[in-house]
Amino acid sequence: MASPKSAYSIPTKKGKLDTHIFVVWVDNEAGVLARVVGLFSGRGYNIESLAVAEVDATKNISRITIVTTGTPQVIDQIKLQLKKLVPVHKVADFKREDKKVIFKEMALLKIVGEKKKIEKSLKACRSYNPVILDKSNKSVVIQITALRREIDKMSKKLKALGLTSTSRTGAIAMTRGAEVFK
Amino acid sequence: MSKLYSGAEIVFKCLEDQDVEFIFGYPGGAVLPIYDELKNHSSIKHILVRHEQGAGHAAEGYARSSGKPGIVLVTSGPGATNVVTALTDAYMDSVPLICISGQVPTHLIGTDAFQECDTTGITRPCTKHNWLVKDIKDLPKILHEAFEVATTGRPGPVLVDIPKDIQFAKTNYSKPKKTKKSNGKSHNKFSQSDINELINLISKAKKPVIYTGGGVINSGPKASEALREFVRLIGFPITSTLQGLGAFPGDDNQFIGMLGMHGTYEANNAMHDCDLLINIGARFDDRITGKIDEFSPKSKKVHIDIDPSSINKIIKVDLAIVGDVNEVIRSTIKKINKKQNGIKVSNKQKISKWWEQIQKWRTKDSLGFVNSDETIKPQHAVQRLYELTKTQDTFITTEVGQHQMWAAQHYKFNKPNRWMTSGGLGTMGYGLPAAVGVQIAHPDKIVIDIAGEASVLMTIQEMSTAVQYNLPIKIFVLNNQYMGMVRQWQELLHEKNYSESYSEALPDFVKLAEAYGCKGIKASNPEELDEKIKEMINHNGPVIFDCQVDPNENCFPMIPSGKPHNQMILGPNDKAENKITGKGKALV
Repeated sequence: MASPKSAYSIPTKKGKLDTHIFVVWVDNEAGVLARVVGLFSGRGYNIESLAVAEVDATKNISRITIVTTGTPQVIDQIKLQLKKLVPVHKVADFKREDKKVIFKEMALLKIVGEKKKIEKSLKACRSYNPVILDKSNKSVVIQITALRREIDKMSKKLKALGLTSTSRTGAIAMTRGAEVFK
Repeated sequence: MSKLYSGAEIVFKCLEDQDVEFIFGYPGGAVLPIYDELKNHSSIKHILVRHEQGAGHAAEGYARSSGKPGIVLVTSGPGATNVVTALTDAYMDSVPLICISGQVPTHLIGTDAFQECDTTGITRPCTKHNWLVKDIKDLPKILHEAFEVATTGRPGPVLVDIPKDIQFAKTNYSKPKKTKKSNGKSHNKFSQSDINELINLISKAKKPVIYTGGGVINSGPKASEALREFVRLIGFPITSTLQGLGAFPGDDNQFIGMLGMHGTYEANNAMHDCDLLINIGARFDDRITGKIDEFSPKSKKVHIDIDPSSINKIIKVDLAIVGDVNEVIRSTIKKINKKQNGIKVSNKQKISKWWEQIQKWRTKDSLGFVNSDETIKPQHAVQRLYELTKTQDTFITTEVGQHQMWAAQHYKFNKPNRWMTSGGLGTMGYGLPAAVGVQIAHPDKIVIDIAGEASVLMTIQEMSTAVQYNLPIKIFVLNNQYMGMVRQWQELLHEKNYSESYSEALPDFVKLAEAYGCKGIKASNPEELDEKIKEMINHNGPVIFDCQVDPNENCFPMIPSGKPHNQMILGPNDKAENKITGKGKALV
């Protein structure tokens, strides 16, 4: 490879990428989501999914859950950078493999097709807490809650059975047991 | 019931409570209520700039030289967008600025109204925090918080966007609460065991080096005092980044010069070969580290910084101490003195070989250059300027480029806050308005902008500001008719294809000075240089000094990007021998 002519060095360090789930407690004020998301885009971090809603109306606290990938160094930086934002109260970060933490994502799946296929679809969803939210002669809307990769798998599988529309929330997380993250 | 104040009055009440003396600004439709209120507040003086970027840089110069936050006041739309460069500059170099911008009335926000822009959206990535005030009741609290955020922890710029109707609306005013914690964002919680570990590393080191940065300056003059005491106590060699110059005396024997891309041979080699590296208030910038995976390969690394996100961002360190530089150093000195285990003496013996090595590197005289009788060498010009001003308390600002590096290399700073330069962002056009701000903060001191002719033209309009307020700033232009640093890179990396780096049709700087109503001086040969510099210094008023220098001079020494510290190019001769011309070793 010819040496690039640049005022900057070429990247030399390539680390292993880990998937992490960040939970960020923020003041629910104008622009706060833009600050968090802008931090990720501005510094070149990746967002796989994002879920956000107010969780404490009296204290005006929103909880943002972000799934991201990065080298351990980048993950560390994301956490420290998030903590620097003025409206951020606390930041938790979990490895996806962390057994002490529950990760869940919800999806709405619309399947259009004949009865047989609809029944097959329902059966396929069996282990993911399916709830039928709407049903007609030709269609069904199923709600499932599962891990991200399980929903990925289901979307693939249900394509053949008439899946026409998918809506997903992005992962949310909570620790197991009585402990609360401080 | 307490008195109601308008939003505009509250802005000034808050500024008064924060002991603000100067505002740098430019009026416009959306800030007129605030400008209308100005006349009622005699303790606050407004400095009218000629472009909002100038206001931002002037406020930066004011802040960096005085240690107080700089205040900027601009209108909506173009007023706000023009100040973005200065905000970004302040963000990169950790300068506390409070920018107040006007905004269209709240009911017009989002309608593409005249001079409307999404100011908080645009400035979000270049401020520590910003606020759009939508309710007059929030205004006093937001303004106090703005000062708190800008000045605590790692300092930086903030922006408060105030719609015009909010400036008219009325509410109660409450004074700032002194003890309020800003959401736990100020980090100063280092432990004594960290200090013990640091002392342990210090006592074991055989080849140590201290590398200081702008954090020492930001920690205040007391931090520089502490640093001097600390460095003399342990006897270690000390180098500094561009932003840290002046924290330790530049003419002291323990100071081994600036490090990094254009740093000295001894500083960079010491960084490469050391066994203990103590980073105090610097951030391992890429202009400092060179090639990351060959950066200081044999050393234990200590990083003292108030910003936790600076730790391990670029270079993994062995010991991180998150805290205010002044407090960390003082508590280290205290511990060392208390221990009385002979650390001072024994350590100085241990590192005597290391000092011998450093002396050997010093003999290379890496800042040397071939002087000339016919043309003024830019390095020579800076050296003469230093010699002729060093007895006075001189403040230096710079633009960005070769002249900036020559100033950093050849002007020796003995006190903190005397050196204002755009390091992180590298903003051409910084120096002139910054000099305006410095002179405002220090009316009786000599303030010199060491400039390049290309940079200075970017904000030359601020000469008008200097003349209006009779600020005797000296613009010392090293005029080589090129964007010198661009030309240097083109010469070394792009086969001397000087694409668009030559400035044709430059103005006559003497006439330009006269057009602004100030003095113009031109020097074109080395013989007249000293006399002309003296003339500049002795003139009681602003001066543009056109110093016509050798256009082909390059800035050495230099670490080519992508090379480690021990592979420097020392000068033109060194270059001819190997590194640059060798095909396989083309610079990266």
